[in-house]
Amino acid sequence: MRKIVIDPITRLEGHGKITIFLNDDGSVGNAYLQIPELRGFEKFCEGRPVEDMPQITQRICGVCPEAHHMAATKALDDMFQIEPTSTAKKIRELLYSAFFVTDHTTHFYILAGADFVMGPNAPVAQRNILGVIAKVGLELGGRVINTRKENYWIIQAVGGRQIHPVFGLPGGVSKRITEEDRKQIEEIARRNVEFARLSLKLFDDIVLKNKAYVDMILSDAFTHRTYYMGLVDENNRVNFYDGKVRVVDPDGKEFVKYSPHEYLDNIAEHVEPWSYTKFPFLKKVGWKGFVDGKDSGVYRATPLSRLNAADGMATPLAEEEYQKMFSTLGGRPVHYTLATHWARLIELMYAAERLLELATDREITGPNIRNIPSKKPSEGVGIVEAPRGTLTHHYVADEKGRIQKCNLIVGTTNNQAALLMSVKKAAQELIKPGKEISESLLNEIEMAWRPYDPCMSCSTHNLPGTMPLEVIVYDSKGFIIKKLSR
Amino acid sequence: MAKLKVALYWAASCGGCEIATLAIGEKILKLADAADIVFWPVAIDAKYGDVEKLPDKSIDACLFNGAIRNTENEHMAKLLRQKSKILIAYGSCAVEGCIPGLANFYNAGLIMENTYRDTASTDNPSGIMPQPKTTVPEGELELPELYDTVKTLAQTVEVDYFVPGCPPEEKTTWLALESLITGNLPPKGSTIVHRSSAVCNDCPRIKHEKKIKAFHRVYEIIPEPDICLLEQGLLCCGIGTRGGCGAPCPQANMPCTGCYGPVEGVRDQGSHLLSAWASIIDSNDPEEINKILDGIIDPAGTAFRYSLPDSMVNRARIQKP
Repeated sequence: MRKIVIDPITRLEGHGKITIFLNDDGSVGNAYLQIPELRGFEKFCEGRPVEDMPQITQRICGVCPEAHHMAATKALDDMFQIEPTSTAKKIRELLYSAFFVTDHTTHFYILAGADFVMGPNAPVAQRNILGVIAKVGLELGGRVINTRKENYWIIQAVGGRQIHPVFGLPGGVSKRITEEDRKQIEEIARRNVEFARLSLKLFDDIVLKNKAYVDMILSDAFTHRTYYMGLVDENNRVNFYDGKVRVVDPDGKEFVKYSPHEYLDNIAEHVEPWSYTKFPFLKKVGWKGFVDGKDSGVYRATPLSRLNAADGMATPLAEEEYQKMFSTLGGRPVHYTLATHWARLIELMYAAERLLELATDREITGPNIRNIPSKKPSEGVGIVEAPRGTLTHHYVADEKGRIQKCNLIVGTTNNQAALLMSVKKAAQELIKPGKEISESLLNEIEMAWRPYDPCMSCSTHNLPGTMPLEVIVYDSKGFIIKKLSR
Repeated sequence: MAKLKVALYWAASCGGCEIATLAIGEKILKLADAADIVFWPVAIDAKYGDVEKLPDKSIDACLFNGAIRNTENEHMAKLLRQKSKILIAYGSCAVEGCIPGLANFYNAGLIMENTYRDTASTDNPSGIMPQPKTTVPEGELELPELYDTVKTLAQTVEVDYFVPGCPPEEKTTWLALESLITGNLPPKGSTIVHRSSAVCNDCPRIKHEKKIKAFHRVYEIIPEPDICLLEQGLLCCGIGTRGGCGAPCPQANMPCTGCYGPVEGVRDQGSHLLSAWASIIDSNDPEEINKILDGIIDPAGTAFRYSLPDSMVNRARIQKP
């Protein structure tokens, strides 16, 4: 049996590694996606003061620290049984919306954009952000850079620091928003909405009007019928900051809607000896291995999953785009993994519109930003949507208010089983007996997992559209017969 | 003048240092004018193999972020040391171990046991653990082994300069890059940062003589806006932490947690902080002092939050699970 190793692909607490085993006839026998590193946050959080969790756990990922900061802060609210003030909740959601704008922008333009904007067969040298800017024009390219910069400014102004913010406290936030800052945030928010509109138009012009791309989105190689998960508000609309977790089955029917405290009734994590990651699955369906369908507990938690799991978007322009996507792709749920990129842009619009709503909310500059807890911390669960999936933090405190037990189900981890399945399916479609293993193998394998935006520390840290990929093909005696790299 | 050849690499880290490098914004163009980036797995396409082929000392400077906690991290640290004229530990993980270094309170066995068996959502009836080698029906799969102890870069190879912060603030990053570009470098072994003294010197809060009757936890009180947080009984690390960051945390009404490491001339940040906190207790009564000290509920985890691997303590005694 031959073996293909792709190492490193990206990071999840280290580098990810793909190993593909070929049968003697050259067809794909199996594929494995391994995560070769573990840092052990759940263990070393034990003994730390509970109130330090927002700042400690965000060191899991410097790309989406805001998600951990927010999930931890909400878990603290729950532990102390303290409701944040109305202004504090809005300030948190405002920062979180700005964060989603930066994160989705980074992913679409800098990581994934190359696949669509340049085309999957474009020369490697052009498949990066510079190529994207050359194609979309300097004007839009400049907006991409400016959007990231401006929204990071918001994070710094509201959260205290640009990377690893500090403002989260049980019952509120540490810092008010001044009227001067609010005005600036409002201006940025208006530019964000315009930027989201331009981005959706770009997707429409370049992708949806191109039959080759649409065919690829609809192709079997990039399709899996799974359960979908996402946080929804009381009207079952997508929400990033708060609500209940809703799961729909592969037919789009509500399977369960659970509140944070019920997560253990619904989610369990499977362990394999060949990876440091665990594989979450729906407990009530059960772990049936790396397979899709209604009988398999494998679910996905991505932008597309959130749209599948909801009945709509809470802001007008995003709702319009939501309806358009599902009517174009044949109704809900959409199983085409590549449509995740489209869903991400619809979420970009929602984040932009929501930021504007909050920036113009009369309460946002209010002085009442903290409720002081009166109870001792006990046990708490906090759930938010991280850009890469539903994020659950669960803590139990000892009598002094230190962490005794900590359990984290992190964004990308939700999707580890589906990621492996997507990689395997793409490999099976591409690698056929007697067919030369070409450079496009790298592209297609990348394209299979890039929709998940797998954060291998919690996001890919790779800036241009190219990953440092290496594929080594061994013959059955263990000799290297082909080496591709870029 | 020939362009500098610069490499950037991450080991065990969160990616925040990568984002911090980008945070220099338009100055990145100045960097591009002065330097060619020969290796940066995040941003440009080059392989480990490409680095191996380079002649020794052919990279002018390497910014290395992340701690050392497995064989691959260690291999890359040694390789980049060999290929680089100047090796810079960039960011708290490489400099002192940082928050992932808190794993040194435990060890690989305890961490594995907890992650794969004890955590609340884990479903592992047969007690499977990740293995260095696993035989699957199709062949064999390998995983690197987790070290018991997280190490800093300087505990692994010789380091020329240190850039502190979790992550380094934009101005700190630029100071380091500008020093490289202009060749205006401090003596070898220096920490490159704007300040050698404490965060207090960056912090605009008004300071008086500090006398504490009780330590408070951040959620218990709303601090006065303009007065030193430590004076108000919040466990601020600014007093024993190097400044240069601009004190963003106290300005957001939250105590400094110590990410810029020890002030110049201090070997051990944690013990320095513990003695600083003890010295401001306003009592001579041993019983009262003990009561006040009880307010510090995680002294080691707070004072050594970022520096445990680099500290004299280094790690907790290894207990087998």
